[in-house]
Amino acid sequence: MSLFNVFNVAGSAMSAQSQRLNTTASNLANADSATSASGEAYRAKQVVFEAVPVAGGSTAVKVREVVDDPSPMKQVYDPKHPLADDKGYVTMPNVNVVDEMVNMLSASRSYQTNVETMNAAKTMLLKTLTIGQ
Amino acid sequence: MIGKLDDYLRFNETALSLRSQRQELLASNIANADTPNYKARDIDFSNALQASLSKAAQTGPMATTSQGHIANGPAAADGKVLPDGTPVLYRNVSQGAVDGNTVDMDVERTQFADNALRYEAGITMINHQIHNLLAAIQNNQ
Repeated sequence: MSLFNVFNVAGSAMSAQSQRLNTTASNLANADSATSASGEAYRAKQVVFEAVPVAGGSTAVKVREVVDDPSPMKQVYDPKHPLADDKGYVTMPNVNVVDEMVNMLSASRSYQTNVETMNAAKTMLLKTLTIGQ
Repeated sequence: MIGKLDDYLRFNETALSLRSQRQELLASNIANADTPNYKARDIDFSNALQASLSKAAQTGPMATTSQGHIANGPAAADGKVLPDGTPVLYRNVSQGAVDGNTVDMDVERTQFADNALRYEAGITMINHQIHNLLAAIQNNQ
């Protein structure tokens, strides 16, 4: 029964979008983390989505990898900061708060859309059960 | 007799099967709305329905048993077909995106709702057919 595949497809999209939302949360939370366990400032993380064909001609989605944002780190002049270098600059995370907010809205809307997709498929399957009654 | 019952229900049954497969494709498009380079896909419903009905009227599709045989049935541009042989087409792009994704959420959501409604209409019609059959069997008692 192919309609059951809608649950797999929409479910895969929901988990991918929630992982994206998780990354955004991590980026926003660490927007000012000047140091970390490795001793370096936090680098923004981004998810990479990948289309995965599943049986029956439909296409699910998965997170292929979580990559570090390659954009340059922010240099903030703050001589009083304990982590400031000899010129008085502190390396701060390369998190772009505007980008992250846009990502957050997009991920949350996509998640909602997939929930609706799943609900529609559920209604259709329930309707199918009424055949012959 | 059983063959006649099959013929009586075949149209709506074929339509419902195609509708559910199309729903799956549209769900894939919605799921991959944020996947770079994903191309939105759909089927040509009326052609697919006609092809399925004419296929059902025949005794069975001819099988290709050798490399030299010409493949039977329609082939899509990239050879991608649904399990029943319906070619899967790519949607025309109205507004391109920088990441190469061609999913237009408005189109997909509209088609998704439209397809779901038509599926339910199909269920209603097949129910009426079954009620007609029951009425005939039970002499409208």
